[in-house]
Amino acid sequence: MSHSDNSIPQLFEQTLSGERRSLGKLLSIIEKGGEPADDVAGLAHQKAGNTHVIGITGAPGSGKSTLTGRLIENISKIGKKPAVLAVDPSSPLTGGAILGDRIRMDDLAGEGSFIRSMATRGHSGGLALAVPAAIQLFDAAQYNPVIIETVGVGQVEVDVAGTADTTVVVVTPGMGDAVQANKAGLLEVADIFVVNKSDRPGANDTRRDLDLMLDLGHLSGLEEKTGYRPPIIMANSLEGEGAEEILTAIESHASHLAESGSFQIRQEQRTLMEIQNRLELLIGSVSKDALQSESGKLIISEVLDRSISPSEAAKSIASSIIKDFT
Amino acid sequence: MSDQQYRVILAKLGLDGHDRGIKVVARILRDAGMEVIYLGLRQTTASIIAAAEEEDADAIGLSMHNAGHLTLGPKMMEAISDAGLKIPLIIGGIVPDEDIAELEKIGIAAILGPGASAEEVAATVRDAISARD
Ligand SMILES: Nc1nc2c(ncn2[C@@H]2O[C@H](COP(=O)(O)OP(=O)(O)OP(=O)(O)O)[C@@H](O)[C@H]2O)c(=O)[nH]1
Ligand SMILES: [Mg+2]
Repeated sequence: MSHSDNSIPQLFEQTLSGERRSLGKLLSIIEKGGEPADDVAGLAHQKAGNTHVIGITGAPGSGKSTLTGRLIENISKIGKKPAVLAVDPSSPLTGGAILGDRIRMDDLAGEGSFIRSMATRGHSGGLALAVPAAIQLFDAAQYNPVIIETVGVGQVEVDVAGTADTTVVVVTPGMGDAVQANKAGLLEVADIFVVNKSDRPGANDTRRDLDLMLDLGHLSGLEEKTGYRPPIIMANSLEGEGAEEILTAIESHASHLAESGSFQIRQEQRTLMEIQNRLELLIGSVSKDALQSESGKLIISEVLDRSISPSEAAKSIASSIIKDFT
Repeated sequence: MSDQQYRVILAKLGLDGHDRGIKVVARILRDAGMEVIYLGLRQTTASIIAAAEEEDADAIGLSMHNAGHLTLGPKMMEAISDAGLKIPLIIGGIVPDEDIAELEKIGIAAILGPGASAEEVAATVRDAISARD
């Protein structure tokens, strides 16, 4: 709900001074997209750059939220203020969603932590823009670390977690779970593996499968530079077992990143990806406008009566767009 | 997808342990295109307020079963106004007719009985929110 006295700069000031409700409202503005969202992202960007971003991903129901709850419990205990962005899919049919992640975290969250649920909302590129903006807003508001939970299915979801500073991939014991994770492209983005639900039978087999896959896989750039190999950590998040070890592993990953200069590289990659996503969206909407304009319709009719080819049409429209920009 | 995507907190206050009704309501609201932030059982007024702020919720839906409405309803209303939140509170559960007027008087936006249809549930929540906009 927007009130006229709640301008974006004002909400931003209040957010910086620790008002949670203003932060909540700015996150909604980011989610809605458009100019106002860009304004918020712009303000946040100026103040960001200090937080450690942790991605947590894995199959549905693998225990990501329960684990995240345990992590923020431990993080809060040492006096830090963690923020969580929990991303869940929207129903493609109705656009609605049931966001049930925070139910697993609320009891464990310390005073200073902030949890926000975000639905994918299905609109193209929406998530790819909203998540980085939300991260930078948390960053500007001095939350550290910022944890992003996404389900490890779907390219955008994997990308979102995979471009974090440290990506934690959660797998569970069970037939072929490690193999599934491999197929979903999760192994490549993993900096740390967690075998969650290690109270269940088969946990050691899963651990061994992962180990084998790491042996077979390519050396990561980080591994070449610093000898870093993604650790595999056993966890029972119902009991909180493994959470401390995971946090230690995150810290050790962070120092490997810093040592090897990879921290810088990841930040650059993330920035590049953000600009590219924005650029593609921008160009997409400009081309759509151009196609629907009078001159666009003319060009389409020329293709229809076969006086020019579709590729000539595209090039001609592209050059007129470029002229408009310059 | 509508530009205005309503976000509704659903929770149960107190110790009572049935979540069947509230889960049904969650699905109804999702199917009506809303985003439901599901908090589940055993919430406190403080945990609900904190969630409403962080999630920038447009409404709070509370499910009640064991005649807690006359104590918990006003308590939740008080917490909402103390926090300075301007969002409607909707109560679901078995509320005797004679108590309904009482609850409406203290500002509870709507009361949904167990017989309410899916359409009624969705329309009630939507109307309660748009009345505050
Ligand atoms: N036995 C056991 N159960 C667990 C463990 N961690 C989580 N669970 C249970 O697994 C179920 C799913 O947990 P969530 O934390 O919601 O899993 P999630 O990966 O966040 O699920 P989605 O967000 O829906 O993909 C819940 O019933 C948890 O209680 C664990 O270590 N051991
Ligand atoms: Mg979850």
